[in-house]
Amino acid sequence: MYLTQVLDADIISTVEFNYSGELLATGDKGGRVVIFQREQESKNRPHSRGEYNVYSTFQSHEPEFDYLKSLEIEEKINKIRWLPQQNAAHSLLSTNDKTIKLWKISERDKRAEGYNLKDEDGRLRDPFRITSLRVPVLMPMDLMVEASPRRIFANAHTYHINSISVNSDHETYLSADDLRINLWHLEITDRSFNIVDIKPANMEELTEVITAAECHPHQCNVFVYSSSKGTIRLCDMRAAALCDRQSKFFEEPEDPSSRSFFSEIISSISDVKFSHSGRYMMTRDYLSVKVWDLNMENRPVETYQVHEYLRSKLCSLYENDCIFDKFECCWNGSDSAIMTGSYNNFFRMFDRNTRRDITLEASRENSKPRAVLKPRKVSTGGKRKKDEISVDSLDFNKKILHTAWHPKENVIAVAATNNLYIFQDKIN
Amino acid sequence: MYSKGTKRKFSGSADTATDDKAMAASYSLQRQSLLDMSLIKLQLCHMLVEPNLCRSVLIANTVRQIQEEMTHDGSWQVVTEAFSSPSHGPSDRLVATEVLCRSPVLEQQGGGPKLYSVMGYNGCREEEVVTDKALCSVAVGDGAPALLLGTIGHCWDRAELRVAEVEAGVSEDSLSGSGDEEETRCREGTKLATGQVFGMFEIKNSPPGSDPALEELFSDVDASYYDLDTMLTGIQSTPKMGPYDLLDSLASSHGPTSNSTCRADLNELDHIMEIIVGS
Repeated sequence: MYLTQVLDADIISTVEFNYSGELLATGDKGGRVVIFQREQESKNRPHSRGEYNVYSTFQSHEPEFDYLKSLEIEEKINKIRWLPQQNAAHSLLSTNDKTIKLWKISERDKRAEGYNLKDEDGRLRDPFRITSLRVPVLMPMDLMVEASPRRIFANAHTYHINSISVNSDHETYLSADDLRINLWHLEITDRSFNIVDIKPANMEELTEVITAAECHPHQCNVFVYSSSKGTIRLCDMRAAALCDRQSKFFEEPEDPSSRSFFSEIISSISDVKFSHSGRYMMTRDYLSVKVWDLNMENRPVETYQVHEYLRSKLCSLYENDCIFDKFECCWNGSDSAIMTGSYNNFFRMFDRNTRRDITLEASRENSKPRAVLKPRKVSTGGKRKKDEISVDSLDFNKKILHTAWHPKENVIAVAATNNLYIFQDKIN
Repeated sequence: MYSKGTKRKFSGSADTATDDKAMAASYSLQRQSLLDMSLIKLQLCHMLVEPNLCRSVLIANTVRQIQEEMTHDGSWQVVTEAFSSPSHGPSDRLVATEVLCRSPVLEQQGGGPKLYSVMGYNGCREEEVVTDKALCSVAVGDGAPALLLGTIGHCWDRAELRVAEVEAGVSEDSLSGSGDEEETRCREGTKLATGQVFGMFEIKNSPPGSDPALEELFSDVDASYYDLDTMLTGIQSTPKMGPYDLLDSLASSHGPTSNSTCRADLNELDHIMEIIVGS
């Protein structure tokens, strides 16, 4: 992997490639969405991959104020999900804590010229002056990319939205908050169906929340949601209108020898992602990534340790709140590799076939552009080898929570606070 | 960043019993500091944005876990006994930031081990033994010594007051089988305290339960204002009963109430209406 680009932004809160990988969308803390487009490979340099350039920037969400509760509603974009492309325009869903919006991004590269009733400035012509008629012609113009909000799905969530997921039927999508999951139709904004509700009658009895949810990539009736207790529930929407009883329940039995006061917190799942094949799903908890076979509920088929050296530091990480950081994870296009972030701007990639793993760093200082990335290592024992970093030197403010993998190629986007790093495989 | 752990000094004593006791004491202290830390985290003062519910739930569960363990050890009982004295009045309905201040009761008793105050938490004090390792590993100490771990303070105290009020309505909780009423009440205290944290996400129309004694004290005050400052400042809840509601209820119920009371109430209502509308 080598670093190809570093782009400046506000604090990035979500990263997502579209279905073809041609577009890369980022959402930030300021409610803005920035979309990057990949350059077409030029014939002059056939071996160089296209770079990503800014394609469109727009303000998706504004800060709001909930007058009833006297609280601010953050404009931070929690998630962006692309819709499958159906025409020349691109569409995506972006959401903050409370409101989901469907944006249409369309290009305009032609302009009609030669109107009869108005002149080039747009001023109306005096009809008496018009002596002849002409047909307006389309003339090329500088490319203009416009983003317009086509749907606003509001007022359906009492709690903070953590996930949105487009269904494989391309007509519906789900949105999940801490206690409820709603099903929407993309065309209908004033109604949504509540399909999961785990709110207890008495809020004092609340001990578990929904942390993430996703639709199955092929079966439009199936979705999963994860919880703060480290469990995943797979639900079938055909079974009942309210999917309160799961079809499958995934939970790994706890290892009694490693039980501590922090066991529950570190078992809380921060992200769940189906594999592209739809046969597996991956969950991210604080210290590890687990791959589950949908046909086996009692334990994951693979477990990868992301930063096991943090296990002895859990108390400090609880104190500084880092233990509540929500890391995401992603699959590569062929489901042969998975990636997730860590601290100190490190991110980890695991090859499922060879069982090899690598730690890389997203940093301007430590990686020259177009130079191959050097693998990093954190020293866990007493002796620190050269080039290794000790656990105590890790910068816990530099966390990589959001990463994305191109759906077809080995191109990855890594969000390091307010910088977006794009890495590509070396081609020879 | 985070406090570095200090090494436990090697006592040099060959007496294993002393070592065990020291370890247990150290574990209890660490557990206590974890409890304090958790309670601080649950305290959400001056938040402009709604706090993260997932985080609150996880912290509350941690607090519950610690409390359960301390209940098992019997050290929780000591805490509640220490606070059964009437030195803490109902005035603590508004939870201040110094909720985990040193208890005056314990100071009178010549103080046990040094206790932690909220304000000085981030600064590491020499007495603090916050070693990550011990807390992250297993091992519930066998019979932790009965330390006066009294920093829980006002938070639980206030919760206990409310517990007494709702005791009648409390359903059979699946506790550890201990029939100890104190423990039951404290568990309910946790539930209520955490309920207030989660409850702020709801618009509450009526506060749960009411102590007749407190009611009398605050009879002329609109209680809804105090609901604001339970665990979180700046949260508005819809008033329990506005002036229009009072008018409606009076209009509909003529019979049992005496006319004089009605009239007095109406006069008061008029007065209130004047203030609201007239100004």
